[in-house]
Amino acid sequence: MRRQSHDMFNASAIPDDLSSIATVLDPMLPGDWRSMRPVVDREKCVKCAVCWLYCPAQCVVEKPRWFDFDLAVCKGCGVCAFECPHGAITMIEEAA
Amino acid sequence: MSEVTNFPRVVVCEGNEAAAIGVALSRPDIIAVYPITPQSSLVEHLSQMVASGTLQTDLMQMEGEHSVMSALQGAALAGGRTFTATCGPGLAFMFEPFIRTPGLRLPMVCVLVTRDVLSPQTVWGGQQDAMITRDAGWIQMYCETVQEVLDTVIMAYKIAEHRDVVLPVTVCSDGNYLGFGVTRVEVPDQASVDAFLPSPDVNWHVALDPDRPMGVDPLTGGARGIGPRTFVRYRKGHCRGMQNALRVIEEVHAEWADRFGRRHAGLVEEYKLDDAKYALVTIGSMTGAAKNAIDAAREKGERVGLIKVKTFRPFPLAAMVTALSKVDAVGVVDRAVAFGWNCGPVFQETLGAIYRTGRGIPAISFIGGLSGADITEDHFARAIAMTAQALVGDRRDGPIWLNESD
Repeated sequence: MRRQSHDMFNASAIPDDLSSIATVLDPMLPGDWRSMRPVVDREKCVKCAVCWLYCPAQCVVEKPRWFDFDLAVCKGCGVCAFECPHGAITMIEEAA
Repeated sequence: MSEVTNFPRVVVCEGNEAAAIGVALSRPDIIAVYPITPQSSLVEHLSQMVASGTLQTDLMQMEGEHSVMSALQGAALAGGRTFTATCGPGLAFMFEPFIRTPGLRLPMVCVLVTRDVLSPQTVWGGQQDAMITRDAGWIQMYCETVQEVLDTVIMAYKIAEHRDVVLPVTVCSDGNYLGFGVTRVEVPDQASVDAFLPSPDVNWHVALDPDRPMGVDPLTGGARGIGPRTFVRYRKGHCRGMQNALRVIEEVHAEWADRFGRRHAGLVEEYKLDDAKYALVTIGSMTGAAKNAIDAAREKGERVGLIKVKTFRPFPLAAMVTALSKVDAVGVVDRAVAFGWNCGPVFQETLGAIYRTGRGIPAISFIGGLSGADITEDHFARAIAMTAQALVGDRRDGPIWLNESD
């Protein structure tokens, strides 16, 4: 579990049936619920960075010869595949 | 009764000013308001007190009631004692943050200067606005007199902030009849109120506080994992707080009587009930005229009494069962309509209490005082006579509309 910037205080003295409060950060990143994922054809990618420009989740990461995606953050929207001028990105279904 | 050490000053004022005086004596940290008839003069009195320096608080006039309660949620989460007042359409506009406040367990106090609900277009008194929100999760207390409005505002803070309760309170003051009704009022002295009310105890459990970082009101519930049982835990906690309030309200009213010499019934008042064969059930300011009608009927030999509901939420079931067990018929007078049951809301709930007495006594629903109409002693005399008829078998379906032929 990722921690917040502050150490959390000890909430055990607070009754657990009053206000609903959270003292543990649950990141719930888009990768936990994505239904489609982008796959890059490294032969076709020319690193033009159009996907990097368009990605709403800012999950495009640079590799030596191609661009790839941080799949913990990618929400599977497919904008990159739609916009790629070289047809280098394909959306495939996540395994059930 | 223990020795009364309070040194009151006596003023003549309307109910809205009495409420404002009660607020000032309770020393709130923040007041957020938006004026709306018939509550507006309450806001004006508070503004005057702040302008003249007799009330040291931040008074925010917001752009609307939704912002009023949202601002107060932030203030309460930061630890402030908060106050607002509204009614009718203003309460309707406030509804979204209003229903969130008790679930957040923020002990606010709100005076509802009750107003009937449009349409038809109305700016006058009635309890429909308050009754619509009767299951919003707030504590609701209905006052009989201007003096009781002042006293109940102060008591409401003690009830709301009690650690066994931790819930917001609406103090219902009948629009026009109490809000604009001018009477003699005793104002307790500040030192006595300070001794009665503890310093604010608001956000010990939930807070916007960098020293206690927490997520406030995260997504809770759903169909899987810990969701269902977590959500139920909070709902049960809310209900427990409401039930605890029944005890705390009586304790606080008893302490008020000891300190200030005025004994208001906290939950249910029984008036001339012990030897009564039948009774009226009333709520709010109508009770004064109803008591006069009871006295007049008794002079004619009628064995009739009265049951006044002060606290409607939480519903004082045990106190109502005790009172209803003493009589063989009741006539319940409402100042609002339960549309789904074709009767008044207090009548509807009195039926539930009658079931718990184990005796199916006859009961009649009377509805009066809508949209500013007066419920006079004559109306109550009619209600008393019809309830006496129910006692001997004349049962009626459907409500009696008291002002129908006015």
